[in-house]
Amino acid sequence: MDTLMQFGTGVFGTAWPAVWTLIKIVLIVAPLMLGVAYLTYAERKVIGYMQVRIGPNRVGPLGLLQPIADGVKLLLKEIVVPSGANRFLFVIAPMLSLAPALAAWAVVPFTDTLVLADIDASLLYILAIGSMGVYGVVLAGWASNSKYAFLGAMRAAAQIVSYEIAMGFALVVVLMVSGSLNLVDIVQSQQKGTFADMGLNFLSWNWLPLLPLFVVYFISGVAETNRAPFDVAEGESEIVAGFHVDYSGMAFAVFFLAEYAEMILIATLTSLLFLGGWSSPVAFLPDGIVWLLAKICFMLLFFLWFRATFPRYRYDHIMRLGWKVFIPLTVVWLFVVGIWMMSPLNIWK
Amino acid sequence: MDFKTTVFFFLSAILIFAGLRVITARNPVHAVLHLILAFFTSAGLWLLLQAEFLAMVLVMVYIGAVMVLFLFVVMMLDINLDQLRQGFWKYLPLGAVIGILIAIEMGMVLGSRYFQVLDSEVPGVAANASNTRELGALLSTDYVYPFELAAVVLLVAIVAAVALTFRGPKKTRYTDPAAQIRVKAADRVRVVKMPVEKQD
Repeated sequence: MDTLMQFGTGVFGTAWPAVWTLIKIVLIVAPLMLGVAYLTYAERKVIGYMQVRIGPNRVGPLGLLQPIADGVKLLLKEIVVPSGANRFLFVIAPMLSLAPALAAWAVVPFTDTLVLADIDASLLYILAIGSMGVYGVVLAGWASNSKYAFLGAMRAAAQIVSYEIAMGFALVVVLMVSGSLNLVDIVQSQQKGTFADMGLNFLSWNWLPLLPLFVVYFISGVAETNRAPFDVAEGESEIVAGFHVDYSGMAFAVFFLAEYAEMILIATLTSLLFLGGWSSPVAFLPDGIVWLLAKICFMLLFFLWFRATFPRYRYDHIMRLGWKVFIPLTVVWLFVVGIWMMSPLNIWK
Repeated sequence: MDFKTTVFFFLSAILIFAGLRVITARNPVHAVLHLILAFFTSAGLWLLLQAEFLAMVLVMVYIGAVMVLFLFVVMMLDINLDQLRQGFWKYLPLGAVIGILIAIEMGMVLGSRYFQVLDSEVPGVAANASNTRELGALLSTDYVYPFELAAVVLLVAIVAAVALTFRGPKKTRYTDPAAQIRVKAADRVRVVKMPVEKQD
């Protein structure tokens, strides 16, 4: 590592820290994009098996090259801009939806030390950046100058704004029990406790004492990403494909990338906040990034499983679930945890 | 010029441009988008002042919530620009006077001895102190009454908004999702047992 640093300083001089950061960004984004590609493959395979089909199996062994073929196909297609569309916003909207999904990864830690920017308020940063994802969808719907796209965008925006509140409250409770906004500290605070002393670390993670919030956070995450069963923004049966109905080729693919990158982000955050991040479930195994990856895959499986299992929610039911069930639930649990922490039974000292 | 100053001027230039475009853009949606850009760059300026908590909250509250709803409303409005431009010259003197007054007030506040933000050292903040923690401690000790007062004012505003838009119970037929969810199959379907009848 030191020789690499010296070599870098020798070649780039004072610009080396900037170049090194760029290299680190590539090291995060490239595996992420590969993960996105193979998540689409995994989705088709998993749902295929759940529906007693085989799934893609033509391109490459076991269909493993299918996502690459899809990517190349989309790259080669023409991007059609509708004649009545607002050209600039139409082109910039996919970028606006992908950028927040990637920017949030700047503060996501992979182990105690492996993090691009270890800032104090990383959880706040994630909330702030995450709340900007809605613009891509809204602008895409508006710039297409189509009624279907506009309806999809409105549905998506209302849904994302509603579920963000429940998510925010769930995060408030997490930071209350960890006493920090820093994701590394939040993970480390889950590594101690009565059960961790007994060697059963997985019972000390936040998911157990904060079980209702864990459930609310993850379901809100599914709704945030506009995934089934909350995918009324796409609603093929009534508004064709929602906000991206007028997009083709790579512009469409970028929306797809954003959706899957956001899914991976939500799965990662759930693992970090509630499932102990990179800490191993039992004391006799070492901690490490492997555990984090395993937890992310586990949470991602839920996304696919939901899609194969549940029928699409009706729009007013989605709103009811968000405003009348999740938000009151999180507020009540906020008070419960607050009183719990003040009582002698406090387990988070 | 050091790096920080460069960033400051870069962000300020974007902020001023975005602010100007908010009032000059012909398309209202473009105006809102420039307002969002203005908020984002001012969050960047706050980060330069080491007010990381405020910067994040600015992005979260204004860009993430307020401007989304704003954009929503503006997109659905059918704004006729010609009608808006009527009487521009008639109202210009009054508008100009108010504008100049506001500019003078801002100059007086910014020029006062207590407001030299860029030069002043933020008092009592250690290099590694958490911004959020300091702010929280201040809000719940020294400024607890103003803080609670602000909360009450916000609550009144919420109640007032609900009271203003509430027009009595709905007269139209509507579905009650709660009742729909409570329904069980037994309420809707009756299974009747009967012997098989032969057709003769």
